[in-house]
Amino acid sequence: MSGVRVLVGTRKGAFVLRSDGKREQWEVSGPHFPGWEIYHVKGSPADQDRLYASQSSGWFGQLIQRSDDGGATWEAVGNDFSYQGEPGTHQWYDGTPHPWEFARVWHLEPSLDDPDTVYAGVEDAGLFRSTDGGQHWQELPGLRGHKSGPSWQPGAGGMCLHTIILDPSAPGRMFAAISAAGAFRSDDAGESWRPVNHGLRSEGIPDPGAEVGHCVHRLAMHPSRPSVLYMQKHWDVMRSDDAGESWHEVSGDLPTDFGFPIDVHAHEPETVYVVPITSDSHHFPPEGKLRVYRSRTGGDEWEPLTRGLPQEHCYVNVLRDAMAVDSLDSCGIYFGTTGGQVYGSSDAGDSWAPIVRDLPAVLSVEVQTLP
Amino acid sequence: MTGRAEIVRVTLPAHLRTLARVHGEVELQVAGQVTQCAVLDALEARYPMLRGTIRDQRTGKRRAFIRFFACEQDLSHEQPDAPLPEAVAAGAEPYLIVGAMAGG
Repeated sequence: MSGVRVLVGTRKGAFVLRSDGKREQWEVSGPHFPGWEIYHVKGSPADQDRLYASQSSGWFGQLIQRSDDGGATWEAVGNDFSYQGEPGTHQWYDGTPHPWEFARVWHLEPSLDDPDTVYAGVEDAGLFRSTDGGQHWQELPGLRGHKSGPSWQPGAGGMCLHTIILDPSAPGRMFAAISAAGAFRSDDAGESWRPVNHGLRSEGIPDPGAEVGHCVHRLAMHPSRPSVLYMQKHWDVMRSDDAGESWHEVSGDLPTDFGFPIDVHAHEPETVYVVPITSDSHHFPPEGKLRVYRSRTGGDEWEPLTRGLPQEHCYVNVLRDAMAVDSLDSCGIYFGTTGGQVYGSSDAGDSWAPIVRDLPAVLSVEVQTLP
Repeated sequence: MTGRAEIVRVTLPAHLRTLARVHGEVELQVAGQVTQCAVLDALEARYPMLRGTIRDQRTGKRRAFIRFFACEQDLSHEQPDAPLPEAVAAGAEPYLIVGAMAGG
């Protein structure tokens, strides 16, 4: 019988949540790596039992863990993320040059067709690739080495490369997003990159329409329509219909267009989900009501989804990598909060229920749909 | 002591014992002069998963929140190639790798 496996990264460990296709009863395992920050756990699309996890600590630095049995057991693999060549500098918060320094891996993106190939987005912003199951990592220096690199500045959470999207229809095309540099596209498997931020406007930078400098929080793509991209920017929900060449705003009637995650329904490329957050100075939902907003029109027109979600006294946040969808016939949506709840919906967001309520703060949520 | 392998006792912080899948102290054979660098080289050779968790893999520099203690002394700021106390080299006292008290 089909089922799902939800991979949850938290401030103090990883958790694996399993259910059958009904998604009513859940088995919870964890914490894996208790006490460590788990920024991201993701499974290979080519091998459901191959998982990668980013494990880090202020004391002991970065580790990468790999599982070959769906998360039952793990093995520490390579953790040498050395920038290629002379690292150079980017801009610090005060505008001074600051050497590129590796801090942690924010996001792991396994290849679509090779379980041993996986990409890592790191802070300070850089892109690495392993082709041997995580044992060794090489930087793809064309991104960090873009001529705009020395002008990039960190966002409040650090200068992180947090989004990596591989285009299933165009081998070699991939997207990356960096806070606070913006969105970038490669058409040659990550060798060279260019900013794709035309149409973004950010009031917090000197030139609101600059080529780089935008605090992009998240990108999302539906695999059947890879030229359509959705973006949750620091402020503004944006859409591109030409693979990032240009963007237009689709915030429409959202109560606030600040937020972090954005995702697309598994079977409806025009159905999009966001979690509006009050503002960049109030990282909690408006009015203390936790509401996912859904657009069935590719943006602009949004409806609040509230059934089963707390509608009073709720002051959690939902971070950028903490929302995912499964691909069962009735699409499931999942998200985790900084309050340690993981909510799931098995009816495309119409109704929600907590799967777990009291985990450490949730940093990331991914889902695997199992045959 | 040069020319023969010494048995050095090393105590790891709890998270690194879990990572290395060991309990209690680790005993390491250290060839040549027993220095901090030689002990850490031997430790990482036997437990490769610890590489990068105690010192930078490229520069060898101690991670900021790691401390090295032995014989009731803080050796964290000693030169990596300086000889460790004889009691450590002889296995009478352990070499302590400690996570600094820094919140969390």
